Amino acid sequence: MTKQHANWSPYDNNGGTCVAIAGSDYCVIAADTRMSTGYSILSRDYSKIHKLADKAVLSSSGFQADVKALQKVLKSRHLVYQHQHNKQMSCPAMAQLLSNTLYFKRFFPYYAFNVLGGLDEEGKGCVFTYDAVGSYEKVGYSAQGSGSTLIMPFLDNQLKSPSPLLLPAQDAITPLSEPEAVDLVKTVFASATERDIYTGDKLEIMILKADGIRTEVMELRKD
Amino acid sequence: MFRNQYDTDVTTWSPTGRLFQVEYAMEAVKQGSAAIGLRSRSHVVLACVNKAQSELSSHQKKIFKVDDHIGVAIAGLTADGRVLSRYMRSEAINHSFTYESPLPVGRLVVHLADKAQVCTQRSWKRPYGVGLLVGGLDESGAHLYYNCPSGNYFEYQAFAIGSRSQAAKTYLERRFESFGDSSREDLIKDAILAVRETLQGETLKSSLCTVSVLGVGEPFHFLDQETIQKVIDTFEKVAEDEEGEAGEGDAEAAAAPAEQGGGGAGDQDVAPMEM
Repeated sequence: MTKQHANWSPYDNNGGTCVAIAGSDYCVIAADTRMSTGYSILSRDYSKIHKLADKAVLSSSGFQADVKALQKVLKSRHLVYQHQHNKQMSCPAMAQLLSNTLYFKRFFPYYAFNVLGGLDEEGKGCVFTYDAVGSYEKVGYSAQGSGSTLIMPFLDNQLKSPSPLLLPAQDAITPLSEPEAVDLVKTVFASATERDIYTGDKLEIMILKADGIRTEVMELRKD
Repeated sequence: MFRNQYDTDVTTWSPTGRLFQVEYAMEAVKQGSAAIGLRSRSHVVLACVNKAQSELSSHQKKIFKVDDHIGVAIAGLTADGRVLSRYMRSEAINHSFTYESPLPVGRLVVHLADKAQVCTQRSWKRPYGVGLLVGGLDESGAHLYYNCPSGNYFEYQAFAIGSRSQAAKTYLERRFESFGDSSREDLIKDAILAVRETLQGETLKSSLCTVSVLGVGEPFHFLDQETIQKVIDTFEKVAEDEEGEAGEGDAEAAAAPAEQGGGGAGDQDVAPMEM
């Protein structure tokens, strides 16, 4: 008697890759714009980056319906916060809220692989990386999604501190300048696009600084 | 209104068909400091008098943002007003979440009115002791509503509630027909002038009033003290010219009395000559 398996799954993976890098006074958040299902492309121009607050930007790959629902919940909660505190949420505060929101659905998770980027209360760049149920960590850089296994090792090579024994962890904030970080992001996506079929079409980059947010778009291979 | 044997519970009718507890709640609104609302076709202005308990304390917040497109000014028990504002914010957020569009003002006031009605028909509750001037903008245009503790609500072109609001209402009654086509600046000026009416003699300073604006392409926000003072200055100088001639000796905080020019005396709609 073999176990009965579901003939239907509530989840789907729409593919794509998200990356974020924290700098001394900036944060770069990038994601490709391809949305797929199985071996088909649904859209070549779908944004996976969403601004949650002035200083906090979320990028999520995975099941985009869940991502959309998650964004809506966070947006509403942010409004409540603004009414109560008369100010916008800081990035670390949003990071905790995101974690709590994800864990709230621990037993029917949001199929979302998140990277939250922004500026902390002191104006320094910060990146938080998550799993689907809310476990999170503040890091200097992160990649999530279908191309993350191709990108992460290269970011480690470029940005990680020389020795793990060196404290404080020097990879918390990258010494790179903003143009260098943007260039690195473009490089890793171009490479990931070569070998990951779910990554490609266009690259959307958001650069968050104290004076505002700038967006850049770069073409990627469309095959 | 005098004490009688039918006014103890909100669930007791009087022989003449009145619910006295509800009427007493409306009295509480009249005790609060004044709140004023006006609307044009594209904008809504809410203004209120900043009354502080004592010289040592700060004044209570009487105007609340409900959403980018809705604001509310309250008069009466400010605690009740705060709680109702929180409810309104919650309704706006939930509607936005479900329908991805801003809550129509007319829907919000109905929710509020129904909530107020519940308190007029439960023996273990009391009516809310606060009147709410709800101003907002939706697809059908700019609206101003007044919600009573009784659970009734009415739509207005302009209205004033709270203590000495009758003076403001008289002023508004004279001018309301032109509000529909008023510019944003004129609407703000009229709101501040209406606030001045409620002060009845007291010098109007920007610290005494709070003004908020919302409209087409303009989310709800408060005007800062400087902006309010500038508007006050445009008509206080002209009024001062008149009052100076009439012999009233109120020293103006803003303009020095020596700056009385001949221009504009007696006609408040003409901008005074710059000195």
